[in-house]
Amino acid sequence: MSADKVIQLAHGGGGRLTRELIEQEIVPRFGNGPLRGLPDGATLPSPGERLVFTTDSFVVQPLEFPGGNIGDLAVHGTVNDLSVCGGQPKWLSLALILEEGLSFSVLGRVLDSVRAAADACGVTVATGDTKVVARGQGDGIYVNTAGIGLALPEFTLGLERIREGDCVLVNGTLADHGMAVLAARQNMDFINGPRSDTGTVHRLVMAVREFGAAVRFMRDPTRGGAAAVLNEMVEGRELGILLKERNLPLAPATRAVAEMLGIDPLHAASEGRLILICASEVAPEILKCWRALPEGAGSVCLGTVTRDKGRVVLETVTGGRRLVDVPRGELLPRIC
Amino acid sequence: MNYIDEFRNPEVAAQFVRLIAGQGRTLAAQGLRVHIMEVCGSHTMAIGRYGIRQLLPENVELISGPGCPVCVTDPGYIDTAIALAGRGAIIATFGDMIRVPGSDSDLTACRSAGGDVRVCYSPSAAVELAQSHPDREVVFLAIGFETTIAPVVSIVGEALSAEVRNLSLLTAFKLVPPALSALLADTEIKIDAFLCPAHVSAIIGSRAYEPYAAKYHVPCVIAGFEPLDILYGVHGILGQVLKNEARVENQYARVVRPEGNPLAQARIAKYLDPVDAVWRGIGVIPASGLGLKPAFAAYDSEKKFGLPVRPGRQHAGCRCGDVIKGKLRPTACALFAKVCTPDHPVGPCMVSAEGTCAAYFKYNLPDERQGGVK
Repeated sequence: MSADKVIQLAHGGGGRLTRELIEQEIVPRFGNGPLRGLPDGATLPSPGERLVFTTDSFVVQPLEFPGGNIGDLAVHGTVNDLSVCGGQPKWLSLALILEEGLSFSVLGRVLDSVRAAADACGVTVATGDTKVVARGQGDGIYVNTAGIGLALPEFTLGLERIREGDCVLVNGTLADHGMAVLAARQNMDFINGPRSDTGTVHRLVMAVREFGAAVRFMRDPTRGGAAAVLNEMVEGRELGILLKERNLPLAPATRAVAEMLGIDPLHAASEGRLILICASEVAPEILKCWRALPEGAGSVCLGTVTRDKGRVVLETVTGGRRLVDVPRGELLPRIC
Repeated sequence: MNYIDEFRNPEVAAQFVRLIAGQGRTLAAQGLRVHIMEVCGSHTMAIGRYGIRQLLPENVELISGPGCPVCVTDPGYIDTAIALAGRGAIIATFGDMIRVPGSDSDLTACRSAGGDVRVCYSPSAAVELAQSHPDREVVFLAIGFETTIAPVVSIVGEALSAEVRNLSLLTAFKLVPPALSALLADTEIKIDAFLCPAHVSAIIGSRAYEPYAAKYHVPCVIAGFEPLDILYGVHGILGQVLKNEARVENQYARVVRPEGNPLAQARIAKYLDPVDAVWRGIGVIPASGLGLKPAFAAYDSEKKFGLPVRPGRQHAGCRCGDVIKGKLRPTACALFAKVCTPDHPVGPCMVSAEGTCAAYFKYNLPDERQGGVK
């Protein structure tokens, strides 16, 4: 289809235009696997093991942002959720809710990104759905993906396995996605501005299977940022976490935007990061494995598990200490 | 970011902490305690964010002052804004205001009940809003200290030149120096020195504090918002106290000039006249606010709609007034962290991103969340 065509309500009507949309946009990209012949549901081989199953919806604005778009984000989000549960991602569903008036060129770019991200993650888009809503009733594109993965036997993850002295690792800079999207939304025009880190963590998980017994817990710091994830890990428990501000990995552009907007980067989302808690003995080994992968090149130890009951504490650059609280409310700009 | 990192250098910070500890010992040997008020909300937040309070000697105390424009806004102001929304006006406001409690309600509840309340990120957005809704009245909630007054009031000029007549300002501008004067005159409050605001000082200039330093014999040190700025500021204050001096010291000379920003001052003088203003918790301070000159009455919401702001009522147990005056630590308020939290704020000091209670809640370790009446 030509680039200037737009989605019409009839594209969701079930008639000729629906068929055209599916045949021209979906089938060429995803039609070779279980989607071949467009059955109502996907028939998948039973692996005879434990499965991991998750779902996530994506409503990001703007649809395209530095570093990615809603398409690769929708794949990475679900693949990462499966991965941090100790799963090997296998199949995805892809449900699109399109707004009347959406240009086919944007749709095409988003779907290309879905395909590229799925290929990179080794997952198959096995089933899907497309709906169209009237202009003003959606925001361009909403995407839902559900994912199925195989539970990796090497991992037994649980918050109750965390011990004092454990290390808190992350595979790269924090808050890049949150700051990139916020900067794009505020129309801040940067040269070398922040770029979203949207990406997959599944290879990082696969890479540390051999240390599985010493890996206590994994989580991806998305909404609410590292602060929310770390607080969840220790809330109501006998243990706490101590972070060092000097060790926080932050990209210069991300830090600059966070400073300008008065936002704590610990509160901002990442979309390609994995926070992993492990026994301190294996931490250097895991960091070494991760650093050998492009998505783990910036891996560092963020901090350690302490006996500081339920608290996440930051040792600041001045040597003071302060609480790292969970983010609250909307992210509001400064007024003076 | 290099320019920022220089002001967060851990080694230099450690040196300042050592110097301040030495000053603290000398003061202690003389039996002296020093109460330093940080006037500005941004200082309060930076002090919390970098854990600076715990780096100071036991006998050097930082007290948070009235420097958050949201916190000192009287509930009656919110009541008037809600009343104007009830009359069909679009209320345009900075985000922090929408959760500030009025006498009976707030703007969030007003919006849920159908009031048209919109959050703006720039005052000019209010002009655009008025232009795109020519059949509606747009009321901009014009609050702030010297830092924000000039750009906010400039929208009157923008509206005049664009012939926009459906816009008005509900003003509650506040001035810092008269508030310092009122605090110093209150014998119940112990203030030995001021850590003076950074950005407000950029507008009013360092000379503005000279009368207070002289009259009340309090050191006034202007400091920036980075951790080294603050430590350097405290060091400067203690140096003056040890020598029994009381001068204005401008340590934020990279931004603040003695005469301030004449352009902003001229802009303020063009549109605004001094008025008596009500400060939440403090009461009326003479000539501590600014209102639109009579020539711009058509852009003054109170005059345009005949709806003057009257004093409102605050929650019976709320002690934000005492917190704002530095009489009470947030942690000593019976509501703090129990009834009053950032998710369910009772008083304005917990609402604003720069409020003292919000800073204590957000950054202080639980075992430091004990405090008392000073």
